[in-house]
Amino acid sequence: MASGNGTSPDLRLTSRDMARFVRDGFLRFDGLVPRDLCAAAMDEIESGRHLRDRGQGGAQFRDIWADPGSALGQAFRLPRVAAIIHSLVGPDPRYDHHAAHLTPAHTRKGANLHQDAEYDVRRNHFDIQISFFPEDTPAESGGTLFLPGSQFRRVYESTTRRYQDVLGQVQAVCDAGTMFFWHTNVWHAARSNQTDRDRYMFKLRLNPTVRQQRLWNTADLDDPDTRTDVAKILSQMIPWHGQRHRIEVMNRIRLWRYLAGDPDFDVALWWTRIENTPDIVYRTQLA
Amino acid sequence: MTASPTDLATLRQKLLVLYAANSSPDTEVVAWSLYDGTSDQTYEAAGEAVPPYATVLDAMRDGWRVIKYPDLRPPSPGQEYDLSYLEFEFVLEKLESIDGKR
Ligand SMILES: [Fe+2]
Repeated sequence: MASGNGTSPDLRLTSRDMARFVRDGFLRFDGLVPRDLCAAAMDEIESGRHLRDRGQGGAQFRDIWADPGSALGQAFRLPRVAAIIHSLVGPDPRYDHHAAHLTPAHTRKGANLHQDAEYDVRRNHFDIQISFFPEDTPAESGGTLFLPGSQFRRVYESTTRRYQDVLGQVQAVCDAGTMFFWHTNVWHAARSNQTDRDRYMFKLRLNPTVRQQRLWNTADLDDPDTRTDVAKILSQMIPWHGQRHRIEVMNRIRLWRYLAGDPDFDVALWWTRIENTPDIVYRTQLA
Repeated sequence: MTASPTDLATLRQKLLVLYAANSSPDTEVVAWSLYDGTSDQTYEAAGEAVPPYATVLDAMRDGWRVIKYPDLRPPSPGQEYDLSYLEFEFVLEKLESIDGKR
């Protein structure tokens, strides 16, 4: 892993990136995978190789697509991609599953906003899913829709389908080679493909095998400007949260404390205030 | 409404469900859904960036009738930091005649 040893740059996420992940529940990176590698990955997907060739759930991710000729293996092991994975779930993550989601030309999906899912009751630890778009994905082809800031909301899987549109929702409209890295509790939906072309989204789920603490490039973590920005990012209002904004912020702070290994971290005294239950008794009070 | 029995038979319901940022109808709409009993159209997440009405009150002024007003629930002890569904769900309806529509 590149970790600033003086010869190779540290490609992992910065503290500001991590704060955005805690706020939104996902990060988007455009152009991570070069076009020729995207095309080779598409050939593998369309040949059905990755349908037959499902890895064993629970295997080490390093053993999946280990054949150096595998385009998908190459894509997910690109230095920057590997560094982002490392930042979120650490070295040597466990392979959970993958799927090449095909939405054929002219497919109506209907409303299907959902979370994967309420049974994951972990408060701090989380899995990630990576959505890799190996082809250009214009709006009409219906790339995945994500709802920023939904990762702390526990709901029964697809029972959110009555919400057709939510303010601030983000649809993946992107060029080939874009990846979304998302907390598995983010609400998301597949969209209708109104084009004449089939659309693929390649999904990979990974589990951490180490404590998810300070796995990103934390060299900036004690820098006062970074700390100010992190606090700003973590307290930013997401309009659809409405009246619940404060509770959302408290959830973000709680997750940040864990990720940064900083149990006293706070923004505007949100937790400090309620953790303050003094029990010092002065002699004069007893008199 | 003065509708003859034949008129009533042609009436169909449209439901507009608006989720508000707070409990009152004059707060901003943050999510929305439409179910149209007058047509065969099915709506889905349309990727719309802007709600059809800024507030529930605006929809009322445009002829939508509120048929569900959201309840308020006190925080459950021990669950004050838990977050879940959108809370302030207003259901509105319009009745429209399908005469000549299909
Ligand atoms: Fe899903």
